[in-house]
Formats: sequence, C-alpha cells, structure tokens
Amino acid sequence: MLGLSKKDTTFLLIVIFLTMATPILLQPFPEGSAMATFNAGYPDLMQRFAIFGIFAIGFNILFGLTGYLSFGHAAFLGVGSYSVVWMYKLLDYNVLPGLVLAIITSGIFALAIGYISLRRTGIYFSILTLAFAQMSFNLAYSVLTPLTNGETGLQVYTDDPQILMGENAPNVPHLFGLVMRDSYQLDLGGWLFTFNIGYYFCAVIAILAFYLSLRIFRSPFGMMLRAIKTNQTRLNYTGLNARPYTLAAFVISGMYAGLAGGLLAAMDPLAGAERMQWTASGEVILMTILGGAGTLMGPVLGAGFIKYFENIFSKINDTMLHGWFGWMPDGIEDAILFVSHFFVGKSWHLTLGLMFMLVVIFLPGGLVEGAQRIGRLFRRRGRKAGGPEAEAARQRNPGPAE
Amino acid sequence: MDAIILQVLNGLDKGSAYALIALGLTLIFGTLGVVNFAHGALFMLGAFCAVTMQRILSASYTVIDETKTDFLGNPQKVDVPYVEGWFGPDIGTAIVDWSVPLAILFAIPVMLLIGYIMERGLIKHFYKRPHADQILVTFGLAIVLQELIKYFYGANPIPTPAPEVFRGSFDFGLLLGFAENTIIYPYWRMIYFVFSLVIIGAVFGFLQFTTFGMVVRAGMADRETVGLLGINIDRKFTIMFGIAAAVAGLAGVMYTPINSPNYHMGMDFLVLSFVVVVVGGMGSLPGAVLAGFMLGILEAFASMNWIKDIVPGIDQIIIYLVAILILLTRPRGLMGRKGVMEE
Repeated sequence: MLGLSKKDTTFLLIVIFLTMATPILLQPFPEGSAMATFNAGYPDLMQRFAIFGIFAIGFNILFGLTGYLSFGHAAFLGVGSYSVVWMYKLLDYNVLPGLVLAIITSGIFALAIGYISLRRTGIYFSILTLAFAQMSFNLAYSVLTPLTNGETGLQVYTDDPQILMGENAPNVPHLFGLVMRDSYQLDLGGWLFTFNIGYYFCAVIAILAFYLSLRIFRSPFGMMLRAIKTNQTRLNYTGLNARPYTLAAFVISGMYAGLAGGLLAAMDPLAGAERMQWTASGEVILMTILGGAGTLMGPVLGAGFIKYFENIFSKINDTMLHGWFGWMPDGIEDAILFVSHFFVGKSWHLTLGLMFMLVVIFLPGGLVEGAQRIGRLFRRRGRKAGGPEAEAARQRNPGPAE
Repeated sequence: MDAIILQVLNGLDKGSAYALIALGLTLIFGTLGVVNFAHGALFMLGAFCAVTMQRILSASYTVIDETKTDFLGNPQKVDVPYVEGWFGPDIGTAIVDWSVPLAILFAIPVMLLIGYIMERGLIKHFYKRPHADQILVTFGLAIVLQELIKYFYGANPIPTPAPEVFRGSFDFGLLLGFAENTIIYPYWRMIYFVFSLVIIGAVFGFLQFTTFGMVVRAGMADRETVGLLGINIDRKFTIMFGIAAAVAGLAGVMYTPINSPNYHMGMDFLVLSFVVVVVGGMGSLPGAVLAGFMLGILEAFASMNWIKDIVPGIDQIIIYLVAILILLTRPRGLMGRKGVMEE
C-alpha cells in the first residue's frame, strides 16, 4: 500500500493508530488521583509531541542517514515561525499560507547555508552550521528588528493590514474556520479526555512527515545517504559526487524544521528569536540521539520522551513528593525528598543530562536499541531478531549483518 | 587613534578568556584526540571556585556589638567573619577583600582533581568512539555540571568583586600623551590580560623546556612510538587533561570580577571558544592563542560606532563571519596541522 512493503504498511498503520489515540493513551490515570500529574493528555503538551516529533524526524534525515551533525537547525525553526506570524500579519489568521511560506523560506535558507557548509565535513561542518545559526539569532535580536521585532518577539497587532480578514473570521489561528485551540472534552467516569483540533492538525501533518521519511529511508536516495555515512571516500572513488545528495538531505531536513517552527507559531501566534538559539539545536540533537539516530521511530520517541519529562518532571513539587512518600518514617522521607530534589522541579535538566549521558555511554543506538535488546532477550536465539526496522533492513541487504 | 587603542585594549580581556579556554581545548584535543564540549563547564566551575572561596572566607559568626544600637536602643547584632576573629580586623578584612586572587590557590588543586576524575572516569572510555559520541557525552556532562551548580548556587549571577585596590580605572591616555579621560581602562582587565599571558607562557614553557613536556609533545606527534619506547603515555596525557582543566578553571576564577558568574556562563563561552579553536586550527596551540586574541580584538573593533554605521549589526556577527570565511578559504584554520580531523 502506498508504495510500502507489507511490513512497513503495518508499521505505518500502528503509528497512525498511536498518534490518533494519543489523547486517550496519555491519560491513563483518573482526574484527581495521586498519579494524575503523570497524565500528559493536555493539548499544549500533545501539540509539542507532534511538532518536535516532526523536527526530530527531519533532523534524523540529515544526521541519522548521512552522519552530518548540524548544530544549526534551530535557525530553520525560527525562520518557519517568523514566516507564519508574518502571514498572520499580512493576510489573516489562516495557518495554511503561513505553513507553505514557512516550508519555502526555510528551504531557501537551508539551500544557502547548506551550499556553503557542506563544503566541509566532520566538526568543521558542525561549526559552520553553528556559526550560521548564531549569526541568524544575533541578527534577529538586533538589526533585523523591523522583521523580527527583536526581544519582544513577533506578534500580531490590531493595526496590521490582514487584507484577507473577513467580517466573522476568528482572530486566533485557524484552518478555514477550524480554530486551533478549540477542543472537545469527553468526561468518562473520572477520566477526562481532551480532543484538541490543533493537536489533530499537527498529528496529521506529523503522520505525513513520517510517511515521507519512511519513503526516503526505503528509497535509493536513502541508500545513497547511508552510503555517504558509511564511507564517503569510497563513494567518491566509484565516480559519484556526494554533494548533491547531502545538500538535498540538508534542504529536506531544513524544510522539516521550518514546518515544525511554523506549526509552533500556528498553535501559539508568537515567534521569538530565542527559538533560533543554539540550545534549541542542541535539544533536537538530544532528542534524536536519545531516541536512536538513524532509526525511523527513534527521533519521535526521543522528542516525546524529552518533552514529557520537561513538562511533567518540572511540575513535581514538595507537596506532591510529600503526598507520595508521606507514609514513610520521617528520616527516610527526608532523605528521599533530599535526593529527589536534584532530579525534579527546576532541576529536571539534571535528569535529562544524566539520562542522555547514560544513553550515549551504554546504548549508542538510543532507546530503540534498548527496546530491541529487551525484545531479543525474550526471543529464542536463531529466530528473527529486531522489530520491523531490522526486518526491513534484512530484506534490502540479505548479506551478513554488520 | 585613541579610539582604536581603546578598542584594542577592550578586545584584549575577552580575547584573553577566549585564548585561555581555546588553549585548554586544544591541549585536550591535541593530546587525547577528544572533542571536549564540557570545557565551558570547566571554565564555569573555576568561576564558582572563586564564589566558594568568597563564601568560605566570609563565613561569619554573630556577636552582639554593644557600641552600636538600632533605632530602639538595643545593642545590634553584627556578623563577623571568622578570619577577622582569628587574624584581627585589618588582616581579616584584607583576606576577605582578596578572595578572588586567593581562590587561584584553591582552584588549581580542585580543577586538577576534577580534570583527573573526568578523564579517568569518563573520557578514557571514549577514545575509540567516533567524535560525534565524544561531543555528545561531554555535552551531556556539561548539562549535568551546570545543573549541579545551579542547584547549589542558584540561577542568579553572584557578584564577586575584585580587591579594593584594583577596582578603579587607569587613564592610559595620559601615559601615551592623549587628553585626559580618552582611554580609560579598568585595572582588573589589565591584570586579567597579564595573568592570561603568564598562564599561556607557563603552558608553553612547560611543554617546551621540561622533560615531561617533551614526552607529551612526542606523544602528540606519534603516540604509538612513544608507547613502544616504554613510556606510559596515557598517564602523561591524563595529567595534561588535568592541566587543561586547571587552565580553564583559572580563566574562570579571574574572570569573575569582570562578569558576575552564573551557571550558564560556560555554555556562552563554549560556542565562541569552539569557533576560536577551529579558526586557529584544530590541534595547534599557537593557533588557538592567536585566534583567541584576534577574534576578541576584532569583536571590540566591530562594536565601534562608525563601523556599526557602515555595516549595521556587524558587532553581533563578526566572529562567526570571520570563522566562516577562514574555514572556507583555509580549511584547516590559521595554523592547523595536516591530517587532523579530516576523516
């Protein structure tokens, strides 16, 4: 179906099902129970899962396939956001023209930056992309204020032209009248499920993005990118020029980043320069590696993982800790509270940093590799190991595995 | 003319910081072949050594001072630092006042130890892994160190003033025959520059004129051969890692009076010092120092008003612009060696 093998179709269908059922799956605990903090089924967080999933999928096309580590993808995220807000200001609050423009401008940006940066490889490439992104960030903060509104961040004002704005058009982001922040809430015996239009909009785009990356992974183009990662010199000796392929991968992943940035502005009509800072590039690297670079599902998992911890761990405070551990003897409770202070609340970054280090040290393939190892433990030796990923890889190259 | 001299001076102190951090990075890269993204965190740890020293020295006990009274007429409680209690008020105040220079003594062993632990505990296991893995694990380590500091010292910048005598400014203009108040330069920045020159000189001297340094240089050139000659080169390289950490730490200690330290100062410097290292040429020590000062001064020049009028925004991007130009025209940086990081 859709040009996919049977295995991949099943995989895609599972992904679609999981994405569509997210508002239910992420709400496993009833409202008001002690565990309700761990519920992640609220619109803002779910939108972030989908958006940063797109960002990480795009980054993975570059880093996971070609091995080029870009430290400047945040620039495209910012460009995408600015494009969408400008379309709000000039046309109206419909998100579609903005998203199209976001993809186009970030594509042009990526073409220009990639054309220059891809002349170098390794750490030089990383530094070049970092330099370009930091330049964009610094300029957006200072000289480009007429375009970006500097530190305040770009937003829509009442005296903006908005030439397509109709009489009754909503003055919040919408898609042909479907307002992004509208939700339908379903109260089911203690469980509260929120079905948000914005989330489903992001989810549909994320599925499309995922499908596209699946096709790229399975295409001859994807094979070429993998060949670049494996041994670029050997590829050159066979008479192939790697540059057009890497450039294409860079532009595609830049467009993904622009789309993600555009969606961020589509959910919340604001665009700030801090989205372009290099820490944002660092974040997408963390997501991709944590999940598993070069795998299909990994980056999405990593993005979900980081965003979940960012939102849930940082919410945990003393009262809640006391609620959970209050039944223990005082001394032990104090000790547990003292230790957990390092990891929750404002210092959740420590948890992230430690987890990231552990993954890099022990699981270079990320969470996906971890899952595969666990999966292998439960199967007998000699039977086919690995998930659909490894399966598909075996179909393509039946030779001995690395 | 006076404006140009002023900008050169202004560039020197930032350039010194860049040069010191880049020197440490290059030492680590040249010896161990590891790209250390946690180096900015080491700089930050050094700065917080100064903060800790200040805290220790001004640790106080409370006494009731009968001579002073508050508005109700009750005797007032006064905090007296322990050092004042021990050495008398004059010397005590002086010691508290000089906490930043004193922190150097404290920072050297601490940073050497941290460097040693870092190398033996973590970096050692990453020699055979790809550079991307090294970057990622040290990046994770930087986040962890940063958050630990944030946990213990809070997120706000902590003022750590220089000793009283160095707080003023020095009128360079008078010395060179310009009008009064044209070239004014704070004492501490001058000290920072001289200090960095001393450290850089010491590192180069150490590598050039001691037997240890000779072995290290030989190891940088050809690790296997040195190993075959029966020298435990790994051990020497571990010590070099400690020294590199100490250099970054000292740069941090002395930088605290210029900018109050906060937990993310390391990350701010890290990006720029990586640009500096790459511009100077990976693995080249003189290149790192040269590029550090050069970029610092260029940055200061670009923030002059008449230049900003010609090219708006140039002060924000000059370093990156120069980095891009140099990387495209001289792929190995200014003084890079052949075959380094070119896989």
